[in-house]
Amino acid sequence: MRREAPKSFADYTPLLFPGLMLVVFFVVPFSTMIAVSFFKRNPAGFYTPDFVIDNYARFLTTFFAGVLGFSLMLAVLVAVCCVSIAFPFTYLLTKRSRRAQTLWLVGLLSVLSLSEVIIGFAWSTLFSQTAGITNLFVALGLMDKPVALLPTFGAVLAGMIYQALPYTILVLYPALVRLDPTLLEAARTLGASPVKAFFNVVTPALRNTIVATLIMVFVFALGSYLLPQILGRPRHWTLSVLITDQAIYQSNMPFAAAMAVFLVLISLALVGLTLLVGRRENAL
Amino acid sequence: MSGLDINAITKAFGNFIAVDNVRLNVPHGTFVCLLGPSGCGKTTLLRMIAGLEEPTSGAIVLDGEDITPLPTHKRNLGMVFQSLALFPHLSVGDNIAYALRIRGASKEEQKKRVDELLTLIHLPGFADRPVAKLSGGQRQRVAIARALALSPKLFLLDEPLSALDAKLREAMQVELRQLQQRLGITTIVVTHDQREAMTMADLVVVMGHGRILQAAPPIEIYRKPADAFVADFIGITNLLPAEVDSAGRTTILGTAIPGLAMPAGVTRASVSIRPEDVHLGQPGSRAITGQVTFVRDLGGTIETFVEVGSTSIIAVATPRERPNVSVGAKVGVTLPPESCVVLGS
Repeated sequence: MRREAPKSFADYTPLLFPGLMLVVFFVVPFSTMIAVSFFKRNPAGFYTPDFVIDNYARFLTTFFAGVLGFSLMLAVLVAVCCVSIAFPFTYLLTKRSRRAQTLWLVGLLSVLSLSEVIIGFAWSTLFSQTAGITNLFVALGLMDKPVALLPTFGAVLAGMIYQALPYTILVLYPALVRLDPTLLEAARTLGASPVKAFFNVVTPALRNTIVATLIMVFVFALGSYLLPQILGRPRHWTLSVLITDQAIYQSNMPFAAAMAVFLVLISLALVGLTLLVGRRENAL
Repeated sequence: MSGLDINAITKAFGNFIAVDNVRLNVPHGTFVCLLGPSGCGKTTLLRMIAGLEEPTSGAIVLDGEDITPLPTHKRNLGMVFQSLALFPHLSVGDNIAYALRIRGASKEEQKKRVDELLTLIHLPGFADRPVAKLSGGQRQRVAIARALALSPKLFLLDEPLSALDAKLREAMQVELRQLQQRLGITTIVVTHDQREAMTMADLVVVMGHGRILQAAPPIEIYRKPADAFVADFIGITNLLPAEVDSAGRTTILGTAIPGLAMPAGVTRASVSIRPEDVHLGQPGSRAITGQVTFVRDLGGTIETFVEVGSTSIIAVATPRERPNVSVGAKVGVTLPPESCVVLGS
């Protein structure tokens, strides 16, 4: 079938609706945010239209650099952990019967129906001293007395991995299901043990999928602002938490907007860098 | 003992028996074709030899060593898959060198072997190309070279040529056979194409319903099929009912065939006769009389369809051997007794 390039304006009409939605729900709010980030804060009221770069200048302190660094580190760590857990898991899942696969996927989808708040409080109970899993360890004789596992960095990480894992698996699943099983068999006939074959055939054959998934989980984790507050200490708070704080509790919309714009730019830069590195390695 | 011994191998998937008590001896350096319709168990048998399926019972012995408990990667074999399974992320050279790299061979050693194999498959200088840029026939050769990289004891191919077009397939059959003879490697090919089996094999193993129906050199399979299934599967044949009449003569379609003897105690059997052995002539008392219903003139050969009662007989001849017969003509069909094979039930 040959596709003809659209000629008249009428040929573009199917794009009208999605285009309109994109403008109304993305272009307008995002432009507003960029505009607000240059406005001047009015402590008495909200903000006054202006063009100042104070909001961005305020950003250049070790405190905010630290928070930004921590947010990026946390998001990268969540992405790496999620993919390293989800990739072998999903691979093994595709080897099960169709029925077992369906049951697992339905189970994982049901986790997606939980809100971040519920996940946060569920984990905070689970990590607590009074009702947490350490009581179970004590009962099993593994520990002497129950301890509180939060607020800690580990608790934040665990909660965020739990939240992002179903997405990771659902993104990896289609690619792994389509993978030709004879690739692995071929590697085995050539003298590779199943584990070796998994690492030097399955993983490289799905490189692009893995990179795309890492980026997706990274972006997803970057936006998380509830779990760090529920499960972590203030020093485990991400930039998203500070943005919420500035926007809602401090009523400093211009500064919040500036931080948001900055976060978006940094994320885009990192994603671009990842793709660039990926392409260069592919070309070799 | 040298060679491959398949000792009473059975494979059951639940209630379905895919391979049923198969015994086969393959002497060292033999080219074997496992031939049969889809679902006959030939691929399962090959995968068990490769270690990709575990047999339910029985043993596979290679050069005197029982390899049944060995995992695939310790069996020292090369295998070409139907999908070829070339690694998409590696170049032609890296695909071929994969087995060497796994063994930790040095870079120079890898390069030397890759160059050797590329010359063997007539693709010198292709080492740096990505596999996605190859044609069907080239990919086929690369898959063969990759499987041969470690000079394996056993070379297994699962429907290796099925993705190629007819012309290329025929050429590759000849090439594969010549390659096998040059290397003297024990080779097992799974195919459903009887022409392919006839072209390449020393030993054709015809399978049906998980069992070996006949294992013999190709020409013997063609000339002396063991039963109606084999006769029908290998080439075109006429399967005709034969009976012993009250006078003790063997008759086919009511006409006595002097010189055709039935096994003792058998009064009814099927007889297979190849179309090129059927002679057509003038109707007479010693021939079976029939009517020509269709003539297929293919230039090189002429196929004549003759109807005798409700039975159709096909006769094949070259234009030089047979004057043109027209549709509707009455002809006498003669069946030389030495070409008739009485089949077991």
